[in-house]
This record gives sequence, structure tokens and C-alpha cells, in this order.
Amino acid sequence: MRVAQQQTSDSRAGPRGLPPAEVLARRRRRRHAVDSLVKWVIRAGGGAVVVALGLIFVYLFSEVLPIMRGSSIDDPRQYDPPGAGGAASETLMLERYGDIGTRFGNDGRVAFWRLADGSVLDTVTVGPNGGDARVTAFASGEPRTRTHVYGFADGSARIVEDAYELTFPGDERVLIPGLKRPFGDTAITVDPEGRALERIAVQRGSGGASGAVVAAVTEDQRLVVARVRTKRSFLGGETEAETTSFDAGRLDHPVSQLMVSTNLSDLIAATEDGRLLYYDIDPPGETALVDDATIKEGEVSITRTSFLNGSQSWIVGGSDGSVSQWTLTRDVDNTFRLRHMRDFDGHDAPITAIVADHGRRGFATADVDGVLQLHYATSSRTTLREDVADSAITAMAISPVDDQLMLETEAGKVMLYDLWFEHPDLSFSALWTKVLYEGRQEPEYVWQASSGSNTFEPKMSMVPLTIGTLKAALFAMLFATPIAIAGAIYTAYFMSGRMRQAVKPTIELMEALPTVILGFLAGLWLAPFVEANIPMVFMLLVGLPLGFLLAALAWRQLPETLRNRVPDGWEAAMLIPVVALTGWVAATLSPWMELWFFGGDMRQWFTNIGITYDQRNALVVGIAMGFAVIPTIFSIAEDAVFTVPRHLTQGSLALGASRWQTVTRVVLLTASPGIFSAVMIGFGRAVGETMIVLMATGNSPVVNFNIFEGMRTMSANIAVELPETAVGSTHYRILFFAALVLFLFTFVVNTISEIVRQRLRERYSNL
Amino acid sequence: MSDTRKWIASGDPWIWMIGGALAISLVMVIGLVMLIAVRGFGHFWPAELIQVEVRDPASGNIETVLGEIIDSETLSAQQAAELRLGVDPDSDALITRYQFKIGNRDVYGRDFRWIAGPRITDRSEPDGAIMLERREYGNFYGYLVDVRRDGEVIASGPEAFDELRSLLAENREQVHELEQIDRHQIGAINYRLEQARLDERGLEYNRDALGDDEYRERMADIEARRAEAQAEYRALREERDALMRDLNRTEVTMRTADGKEKRMRLSKLIEATRNNAMSVFQKIGYYVGRFKDFVLGYPREANTEGGIMPAIFGTITMVMLMSIVVTPFGVIAAIYLREYARQGTFLRIVRVSVYNLAGVPSIVFGVFGLGFFVYTMGGTIDDLFYPERSPEPVFGTPGLLWASLTLALLTLPVVIVATEEGLTRIPRTVREGSLALGATKAETLRRIIIPMAAPAMMTGLILAVARAAGEVAPLMLVGVVKLAPSLPIDGQFPFLHLERKIMHLGFHIYDVGFQSPNVEAARPLVYATSLMLLIIIVGLNLTAISIRNRLREKYRADSD
Repeated sequence: MRVAQQQTSDSRAGPRGLPPAEVLARRRRRRHAVDSLVKWVIRAGGGAVVVALGLIFVYLFSEVLPIMRGSSIDDPRQYDPPGAGGAASETLMLERYGDIGTRFGNDGRVAFWRLADGSVLDTVTVGPNGGDARVTAFASGEPRTRTHVYGFADGSARIVEDAYELTFPGDERVLIPGLKRPFGDTAITVDPEGRALERIAVQRGSGGASGAVVAAVTEDQRLVVARVRTKRSFLGGETEAETTSFDAGRLDHPVSQLMVSTNLSDLIAATEDGRLLYYDIDPPGETALVDDATIKEGEVSITRTSFLNGSQSWIVGGSDGSVSQWTLTRDVDNTFRLRHMRDFDGHDAPITAIVADHGRRGFATADVDGVLQLHYATSSRTTLREDVADSAITAMAISPVDDQLMLETEAGKVMLYDLWFEHPDLSFSALWTKVLYEGRQEPEYVWQASSGSNTFEPKMSMVPLTIGTLKAALFAMLFATPIAIAGAIYTAYFMSGRMRQAVKPTIELMEALPTVILGFLAGLWLAPFVEANIPMVFMLLVGLPLGFLLAALAWRQLPETLRNRVPDGWEAAMLIPVVALTGWVAATLSPWMELWFFGGDMRQWFTNIGITYDQRNALVVGIAMGFAVIPTIFSIAEDAVFTVPRHLTQGSLALGASRWQTVTRVVLLTASPGIFSAVMIGFGRAVGETMIVLMATGNSPVVNFNIFEGMRTMSANIAVELPETAVGSTHYRILFFAALVLFLFTFVVNTISEIVRQRLRERYSNL
Repeated sequence: MSDTRKWIASGDPWIWMIGGALAISLVMVIGLVMLIAVRGFGHFWPAELIQVEVRDPASGNIETVLGEIIDSETLSAQQAAELRLGVDPDSDALITRYQFKIGNRDVYGRDFRWIAGPRITDRSEPDGAIMLERREYGNFYGYLVDVRRDGEVIASGPEAFDELRSLLAENREQVHELEQIDRHQIGAINYRLEQARLDERGLEYNRDALGDDEYRERMADIEARRAEAQAEYRALREERDALMRDLNRTEVTMRTADGKEKRMRLSKLIEATRNNAMSVFQKIGYYVGRFKDFVLGYPREANTEGGIMPAIFGTITMVMLMSIVVTPFGVIAAIYLREYARQGTFLRIVRVSVYNLAGVPSIVFGVFGLGFFVYTMGGTIDDLFYPERSPEPVFGTPGLLWASLTLALLTLPVVIVATEEGLTRIPRTVREGSLALGATKAETLRRIIIPMAAPAMMTGLILAVARAAGEVAPLMLVGVVKLAPSLPIDGQFPFLHLERKIMHLGFHIYDVGFQSPNVEAARPLVYATSLMLLIIIVGLNLTAISIRNRLREKYRADSD
């Protein structure tokens, strides 16, 4: 606009209608500048858009990448055991901020120190009441509960808990460590006979079980079980412990370690001759040996064992360096039995320490030679193996947020590592094969990624989601492909031009319908309708083609004059009333059919013959998503058929082939790559569709292809679960992985079909 | 007969069969649109109020039920017996059951009831039956007993209806005033209080940077602002309470069909109608009024009643923001691909990739938006510009801006494809003519190519808007919520609040239809909402299609 005005004003000024040379040169320079500026702006803008679109892939991939990484530890900080005074550690502990370390010495001394420089913050000595009986046993409960127990030579024990009080004086984080005594200040009497406790175990109850249980083996090889409950005295609010102790009789095998589960009903004893003993201790007064098992053939003793988080399964380390996971599973006779779940990559030397993660199913093992390994139970993965010390590793700790690992060696060194131990719960086998989960009888494909409980074992098998996605897409394609392709051929080849002008926008409209509306209708209107009229679906399947044939026959019987009034290519329009009529007849007949053939209720009939019927099922999804996919397939297929060069079809017709013969022998053959690509693109759309499956299925991750059951697809799963996951968690990343899979899948499918179509276009132009 | 055999051999029946497939598609599309239109528009029509006498087969008791019939279904006796409709399961006949909307949720505890046809002994349409639209507990169906002010009966019997209607008309103004106070004035004060709180936090955060005097001065200022806002709040509160007291003086007593009396405050009522006694014109008037309330009103009762204005508003705001982003970038990218980039294998790959992005599932864009826009970009913005507000996120949480950007990315391929198509259709002669006359490439672009391709760009934009308006899955992740406390545009500075969460028509359908506590009661509303969305999207698409068709004609003429 501006340029134009200047031109007119300048032309008035110059001689012979032209402006002076320097003005022209200036103007030329400016035009040139504008030109190159525009060029650069557009190049930059266009390039930026292309890069931004590429960024989607890069970003999704970068979010998924960390799950491929193994674990790692870096160079350690080393110091002499702070506050030790020569005694070895029984257990080490770390707190979540990574400021303070804690060690429980085998002499009853508990020391807290600053991790940064090893300076001791506090030491506390734990001893029996009054007397000076020595410490004879020590054990820790679940790391999450921070509960520990010291057993003494006089048959008493003391339960302690390392606690860290968080304060913010002057906006700075200060942790004050301390030792809590959750069951009062007095030591509890575990063995009423007062014999020394040689082995001990403690566990705080969780869920329905309150209080704690202490189990111990006395020096005369008796098993004693003590139930501890807290009682708050009315005055002063002091906690007092109420202990009831039971003698469970003599043990036949030398026990190396005891463990009590958090439901306070299972006691697991590991023996020096390689056996696991399972006692039912609920109620403690009726303690009984239920089952025993030998971990391995041959002379293998159990050197170390530890519960995993949740205490539903435990890790057993053998003197041969083997590492295996065991659990209790319910038998056919409804009793629990010991069961071997899986083996992990073993060590070469006897296991000396096992420590479990605070919130997951991960654990670390160490051996006599100073080799450290990190494992994850559900995924059967060993993510790290490193020779870290020259002598045996006697105690270990993993921080509650899995970013630090501390260990103590027999040589009396404490080593502190920064740890990267993220996403060990994913492996090929965890995602794609059947996995034996805790509490289940058999290996299964399960998707159940989150729960409110902090002892929950996430079950992240992609199989149910993949099957669900394919199932939904399959039924949608089953419904859509025949209708769309047949309709496309008819529209492109047989339909009159005028009708075509009306049909094409209608189909485009169908494509534009928001899927949320389709999903809503499928879930709230179609699903109950189909449930009430199941026979109708089957009647339509047979009735519609029959109706079309009858209509065609009837049309032929009409007198010629009447037929000639309607030009060729209006069959579809004439069939619309037929479809409506057939639908109406089927709907009216449907209850009668149920009455006559299915005992009045077809749904009940399905249940009786053993077919599960969900109201929101694959049939409904197939119809609704088929509806969404039909226009996609239709448009592309119609295009492919319509652009088949005319001389081919005309040649065929001229040689005497009928219209139908021309279509099947010439048109379809020529256009088949185009139709193939139409089906591919339709499939891509069906795989990624979210709202319809979200609304028209029950979203239960089942693994079957039953048309009367629902499914959970990857896309719906993302929509449901992603808003509620923690950023950066394994669950978050696996949902990103699902998104990446969808992205790559549809991208590849679309690219292939695009290439096929381009080839086809070239071929048409050569024909 | 051989004629028929020849007819079959020629394959003509197959033509009918494939024609039938198309007919099925057409019937499905038309049926679906009609279903939504009938149910959606029908929602506002004042239905006949039907009173039936229902006999309980076991005890022989007769019960009177008043309500609207909204659905009927034919079942076999066994199915009916399983649904406990009180029918003999062994009879061979088919049974029709009717779904009544009986309303009166506060009396009966449920709004809907299926009644088996055979149990209905008498059916009438009493003129005196009244449908009360209420602010709480859904509709009330029954008969008017009396109207009271301060406990005194001022009108009773059927004549009280006119009194009730005039009172309701007055009442509506007052309630409107009350809503204004609640929503706008108190909302504005809350906003000021919130700003004061945030300023205070910001001040605390920067305390070290400021001098002590400066700090105290600013603190005093904040305190003054807060005190002022609180004083205003108290004044408003009093005004509101006075209005409320005045409103609550009037009460209405109603009787249900089975004789239970219920007294209600007038302020909780919206409209009273005697559907059976209304003329067609009255019904049309009522219909228009309700439709207007639906489009312009705020939702009530966990979105299951009232209007959808915030959802329409949110959808439009989001789509407009998206258009502002997507149009320039899409057009520039298309021009780059078609006019400036060097054509070759690499560009072909880029082009195919861009086109294929249109086929990538929308949820993938949502995942990207949540991860990249919300957490990465939003988190960075919060760290840089709102450190004092941490850990409360400002942009680091789903919101309008991110929803718009995600949709812009999603619809970018649509705009690029349409624009490129438009650019391709411009005859080379036109372009070369311009260049031959001495115009630079930029000038040719601006004067010749863009004007010629403008309708194609328009088509692309409309298609993008239509797609964006109907998209829900990605929005669930990046900023759409079931109930936003405030609109994204309001009278508070900076007027357009990019960080706010919004409501959206499509998500409204999903949420009300599938997440609401009373799906049955909400269903008509979902149909009506679907209808709105459908009208918007179909309208946009038809516009795009007609523009495109006109364009094709034009260029066909040009290139000949």
C-alpha cells in the first residue's frame, strides 16, 4: 500500500514522469532489503515450525529415554565408622534429605553423624532395664518403619526407632536426629524365663494390625513370640507397652535369621541348613509351623534374608551367592505355602547383606568379596554389579528417595555413594511377558500401575493395553471397512453426479463430528440400547443385505416406464428407506426373538452359556469407532477409485464386460493400493482414538477378544492416568512410552500409506 | 426366470449391495444428527405433565405418580421381572415400560422411575399440575397449596398461581441482583485480597533486596489495601444479607401427587408453569426463555442443571487464542515449504511428515503439551518470574495458554496442508507474470500470491477451528476442568488470564455424561450441550466446504 502511494507521488516529482536516479536507486535498495528480509523471516518461521513439529518426537523420546538406563553409583565418600568405638554396625540408616547417617552398633550404641563431613551429631546407648546385660541380638523391621530391636542376654528387648525432626529456623532446613522408643521407656520382656536372645525379629503392624511383634530364638533354642501393644496412660499421656509373650517350643533346626511380616501373622525363619520355615503366628498363642522348604539342593545355607517393601515376599541370599525371591501363596486348600518366585543374577561368594528399598520392590545385595549388586524384583532385573570393596560388606542402607547408598565393610570403613536407581521396575519381561506378582497364584499380564497404598507392587504389563488397543481397532475396522469401501466404490463409480454432490459433504460432515459426541452417544444411548436389543444386531447383520436384494428384485419387477423416470445411480438413495424400515422391523421383532429363542432375556442367556456380557463392550465401541473411521477410509478410497483413468474402464466396457465385472476386474485391481492405504490410515485413526473408547467401554484392562467385553486402550489409559501421576516417576514415563508408541505407530502407518498413494498417483499418470 | 439369472450374473445385485452400504452410512449420519437435534431441542420444550395411578400387584395399593414421560421401552416379561417392575415373569406377552421423570428429589430421593405399562390403571393430564423449576434438587411436580409471606397465607388454592408467577417475576430481579453481588462484586474483592496476599508474599521474598523503610512502607500499603477490601466486603455482605432476608420472607407450599406437602422458599425457585394448561404460543415463549437461560446461564447442581455459558465462553476464548498462534505460523510454514524451500527429496520427507502429523492421535499432543508446555516451559516461567509464589504453580499447571498452544500444534498441519493446497492451485503464469513485470519475490507474495491464496488459508483456519472445538482428549491433560471458578476474561487487570483453567463444551459433555453423580438427570443437558457443539462444528465445516467449492470453481475458470 505504502509503496504504491510513494510511486504516485514520486512520479509527479520527476522529469518525464520518472523520479531522479538516486531516488530510484534508494528505492531499489529498499525493495531489495525488504525482499531479503521477507525471505529470512519466512525461512526462519518455516524452519521453526518444522523444528517445533520435530520437537514432539524428540521430547517424547527424551522423556522415555531414562527408563532404558541402568543404575549407577559414583565415587564414594569414605570414613571410619563415626562413633563406633571399634564395634561393628548391625544396620545403617539414611534419611530422605541426605544430611544424616545413622548406625546401630552391635554393642548397643547408636550414632548419628553428618554425612557431609562424618562429624558425630549424637550417640545413644541402648541397654536393658537397669542391669548391664550385654546385647546378644539385633534386627530391623521394614526400612520404611525405621523400627529396630535390640535383644539382651537377660531375655529382654528394646524397640527403638530412628527419627529426624524437621525444623526451619531462619528458613533453613535443620534436622534433629533422635532415637524414639515407640513402646515406652522400659525394655520389654520377650523370654519370661530370662534366657539370652540369640536371634530376634521385629515388625510394626500396618493396615489392620496394630502394635508390634517381637520374635526371638533363645540360647536354649526355644522360639518365643511376643505381642506388643501400646497403651496410653490417662495421666501425662505417657506411652506404655503391654507385652504378652508366648513360648512356641523348641526348634529342630539352627536358625540364622527370623522375620515377621507387617500383617503380624507370618513368621519366616531361615536356617543354617538352607531351609525356610513358615510359622503362622496369628494369634501368637497358637504359633504353628505350617510349611517348610529347602531353598536349593546341596549344602547351601541361608546367609541372609530380607523382606521386600510390603513384606509379602522376601529375598533369600545363599552361601553359594544365589539370590532368590520367595513368597507365600494360597494353596487350593486355602492354606499358605512357601513358594519360590524367581532367581536373580547371583554373586560368586556368600551373601552378607541384603537391604530393601523403602517404597518399591528394589533391593541391594552384597557378598563376602565386597561385590555390590542392585536388583528389582518385579522386573527380574539386576541393574548394577560393582566390586566396591576388598573385604566383606556387612551392612547397607538405601535412602528413602533412592538417591544415596551407604555400606560398611568388615575392614571398618563406611562408604557413601550417590546413587541413580530410577526405573529399575521396567524391563522387557516386565512389560511384555507374564509376571508372577506377589499374592497371585500364577504369572499373569496385569496393568495396575498405581494405588493409594505405599506397599503396593505396581503391575505394568503393556500386554493388556496393547491387546485392548488392537481389539478396539479390530472391531472398529471390521465394522467400518466393508461399509466404507463398498460405499466408496459405489460413490466413485456408480453414483449419479448430482447425488454425489450431496453425499460427499455428508460424509465430510461425518468426519468432522466430534468424537466426544460419538463417545457420549455410544456410552449412554447405544450401549443400553444394544443391551436391551441384542437380537436386533444379529438380525440387522442378516436382514440388511437381504433387504437390499429384495429391494433390487422388487425394483426390477416395476414397470419399465416407472423405472426409467429415475436415472441410474440413485440406488443408494432408494435404499435409505429400506435401511430405515429394516431397522424398525428388527427393533420391533427383537423382544419377540428374545422371547422365542432366548428364554426372554438374551443377556441372561449369554451368562448361562458362559459368555460375559458387559454393557459397554467391544461391539458398541466397534460401531461407534467404526462410525468415526468410515469417513476417513471412505474419502481416500473414493479418491483412489474415482481417479482410475477413464480409458481403462471404458475399454473394459467396450469389450463387453458388465459394469460390475469392470469394477471387480479392472477398477478394484488398479485402485487396490489406494484402498489399502485408506484402510491403513483408518486403522491408524482407530488405534489412536481416545474419547470414544474412554466413554464407550468400562476401561477394564482385560486380555481377551470377546466382543461382549470391554477393554482399556493405550490412549484412554493415558487420558485417565497421566493427570494423576507424579512427574518423572516410572508410571509417568511409561505413559510417555505409550504415547511414543502410538505416535510412532500412526506415523509409520501413515507414511507407508502416503508413499503407496504417491506411487499410485505416478502410476495413474503413466497409464 | 433366465432373465433374473442373467441379471444376477451381470453383477447388478452387487451394485445394489454396495449402494446399500452407502445407504447405511447415510442413515447413520442423518439418524445421529436427528437424534441429537430432537433430544437436544426437545429438552427445553415444556412436556405434558402426566398423572397416573399405579397399582402395586402384591398389596393392591394404588399410588399416584405425576411427572413427564421421557422414555419407553418394550421388554419381555422375564426382563421386566428381573428389573423388579412387579410383573409376572412367566407370562408370554411383551411389556412396555415408561420412564417417568418424577422430580421432587428432596421428597422421593430420586428423580426417575420406570413404571410397567400393565400396572397403570388410570392416566390423566390435570390442568392444575405445576412444574416448578428450582435452584436446588431439580424440578418439583405437584399442585400449589398456598403462598405465604412471613408465615401468613397471602393466597391459596389454584388462584394463588397467578400470585406466585408475579412474585417469581419480581423475585427473579432480586435473585439476579444477588448473583451479581456474589459473582462479580464479591469476586472482585476476593481477587483484590488474593492480590494483596501475593504482593505480601512477594515482598517477604524480596525483603533482603529492599531497605527496611521501603519494606515497612510497602507493607503498610498492602495492609491498607487489604483493610479497604475487607471493609467493602463487609458492606456488600450486609447488603446481600438484607436482600436474602427479604427474599426468604416468601414461601410456597406445594403438594405432591401422592399428597405430601412441601414448603419451599421463593428464592430457591426459578419458574412455575402449568404445562398442561399452556397454549402453544406460551410454550414457545417459555421454550425461548429456557433456551436463552441455557446458552447464557451459569451451571448449577454440579453442572447437571442451568446453563453452559462458561463452557461456550471457554471454548471460544481458547479457540481464538489458538487461531492467533496457528494462523501466522501455519501460513509462513506453508509459504516456506511451497515458495522458498529448495524442492528435493529432503523437502518431500519434511512435507510428508508434516502431513502425517495430522494423523497422529490427539492424545499424543496432549501428552507432549503436558510434559513440555506445562511442566517444562510453565515450570521455567514460574521459576523465573514467580519465585515468590512457589510452591504454588502459576503457569506450571494446566491452563488456558497451554491448552491453546497444544491445540495450535495439533491443528498446525491442517492449516499448512490447506494453505499449501491453495498455493499449489495458483497458476504459474500469474506468478511469472508478476516477476516478469519487475516485482520482487516479496512483492509478488504480498500482492499476488497471498490474496489469491487467502480463501484457502481461511478454509484451513476454519477447519482448524472446527477440529479444535471438537477435540477433548488432549485438553483433559492441559487445562480444561469441569468447573472453573472464574472466566478467563474478566474486568480484573490484565483482563485476559492466560494461566486460568477453563471450561470446554466437549469436556462438559464427557464430564456431565460420565462423571456426574446423577447421570440420568443430566442426560437431557448433555444432549443439549452436544447439540450446541454440533451446531458450531457443522456450521464451521459447512462454511469451509462452501468456501472451498467456490474456490475450486474460481480456479477452474482461471486456469482454463
